[in-house]
Amino acid sequence: MLRRPFFWIIALTIAVFVAAPAIGDDVEMRESLALAAVYITLASNLNLMLGYAGYINFGSIVFFGLGGYICIWLVSSYSWSLGASLVAAGIGVSALSLVFGFGILRLRGPFFALSTIGIVEGVQAFVENFTPWGGSSGIYISPQVFLPLGGSARALWIIYFLFVAVMGASLYLSYVIKTSKFGLGLLAIGQNEDAAAILGVPTPRYKALAYSASAFLPAIAGGLYFFKGAFIQPSDAFDLTLSTEAIVICMLGGQGTVTGVALGAYLYEELRGYLLTSSTFSNFQLVIAGVLLLLIVLFFPSGLMGFVYSRFPRLQRVLE
Amino acid sequence: MTAMLELDHVSKRFGGLQAVRNLSFAIQPGEILGLIGPNGAGKSTLFNLINGVFAPSSGKIVFNGIDITGERPFIVARHGLARTHQIVQPLTNMTVLENCTVGACFGRENLPLNRARDMARAAAHTAGLDDSIDVLALNLTIANKKRLELARALAAQPKLLLLDEVLAGLNPTEVEHMIGVIRRIRDSGVTILIIEHLMQAIMSLSHRIVVLNYGEKLAEGSPADVARNPQVIEAYLGDPKLAAELEGTA
Repeated sequence: MLRRPFFWIIALTIAVFVAAPAIGDDVEMRESLALAAVYITLASNLNLMLGYAGYINFGSIVFFGLGGYICIWLVSSYSWSLGASLVAAGIGVSALSLVFGFGILRLRGPFFALSTIGIVEGVQAFVENFTPWGGSSGIYISPQVFLPLGGSARALWIIYFLFVAVMGASLYLSYVIKTSKFGLGLLAIGQNEDAAAILGVPTPRYKALAYSASAFLPAIAGGLYFFKGAFIQPSDAFDLTLSTEAIVICMLGGQGTVTGVALGAYLYEELRGYLLTSSTFSNFQLVIAGVLLLLIVLFFPSGLMGFVYSRFPRLQRVLE
Repeated sequence: MTAMLELDHVSKRFGGLQAVRNLSFAIQPGEILGLIGPNGAGKSTLFNLINGVFAPSSGKIVFNGIDITGERPFIVARHGLARTHQIVQPLTNMTVLENCTVGACFGRENLPLNRARDMARAAAHTAGLDDSIDVLALNLTIANKKRLELARALAAQPKLLLLDEVLAGLNPTEVEHMIGVIRRIRDSGVTILIIEHLMQAIMSLSHRIVVLNYGEKLAEGSPADVARNPQVIEAYLGDPKLAAELEGTA
């Protein structure tokens, strides 16, 4: 494994993410990179479904939101530690997705895509009426939960490093799956599901497993995200915008590629940060995302790295 | 000796259309059984019933002693039954090697990835795809796409291979080569059920032939018997030129 170039790319990315803001104690850069890490996590895991198995999941945000809820709830109502709550959120959401997955993955193409939006709406409606989770007003946690982490200033750094760790794990998971037999089966499903089944790929199980695997790390990222804000409510937790952005990122970077999606997430985050803070373009961020998506689909359907790899196939063999 | 594949009164109905009616026959191990019949006779439907794309409306399908009636395609494949498609179904954005590796990985042997790659290379070699091993499937010529169908099925190391018109669309030289490949596969111990419209080819390849018409079995026997069968000539080969062609090969 140590001889694989990709391993060093991940290691280098993590090192840069850790060192860059830590060296100058640069909080602004930390927040920007934290968001980039969240985007990379969401997009990389979405890529397992979208890029590998060829299933468009508009509802990947459900993993993030539910993970946030489970984590906040365990911390606030049962005084669990952050670590235990995060693990529980990951496992809980993954298990739930496995059940959902076996159900909705009988559908294909646009029908599947629509059902994933249905899941977002359904889960959001459920949470809004679920009193243990505060209904539509959500859950606040007291700042005291930061005390075990050494006060809020230090806690924010710890949370940031955890974001980076989750991002690294996402990249590694994408890579491991892609180079495994499981990944080969998923790619075959993405190309031609009927042919894959006839060749012996156990399609229902593989799809459900991919769906469930793509839920684990986003759920943990969601837990961290809302723990950091000390507040969660349904409209933030299940915001379809973030799902859509994750799709744009996958298309931008090159669906099915590992490095492309990570690069796409980083570029998208930078662009988004620029647009949000620019006086001319603020509020235009989603318009730009929409135009970007159109241009990519029309002219670069295989995305940034997809385009590069088609020009230099050898590069793909080295990088992925 | 138990039959490799046994169909017992198999029927399939699509709404008002009776695609396969009360069909029974058996394939013995090591045999090449030819399946012929006019367009729409139910040949491809029969393949879809055998490998689990459709479940039969009634009847039983037993493969190598295992009842596979209505099993899903990936389960049937695991038991050691592979097929090719009349309309090629390549995994388009994957190379020839990757296509074959999928076959080897998820076929009868359920091989791990690295051993599957070796098996995939061997299968591609058998099918004559050595030169195109790293070519994306979508860039292959039609003849090579047909070979890919065959290579991918072979990589699964099946006990029974269903070939659905692998010769259609090939030029005479390619047909010649493909017939040689099919014979070699048979010699390696694989039982073959083959659908083909090229009469000369199927008559010379098959040990026995089953003739389908309107989903029913019209005749069964050696190529010579079938070619001489007046019912077959009359009902299926109505064209006297085709009949003469058959007589010539018989």
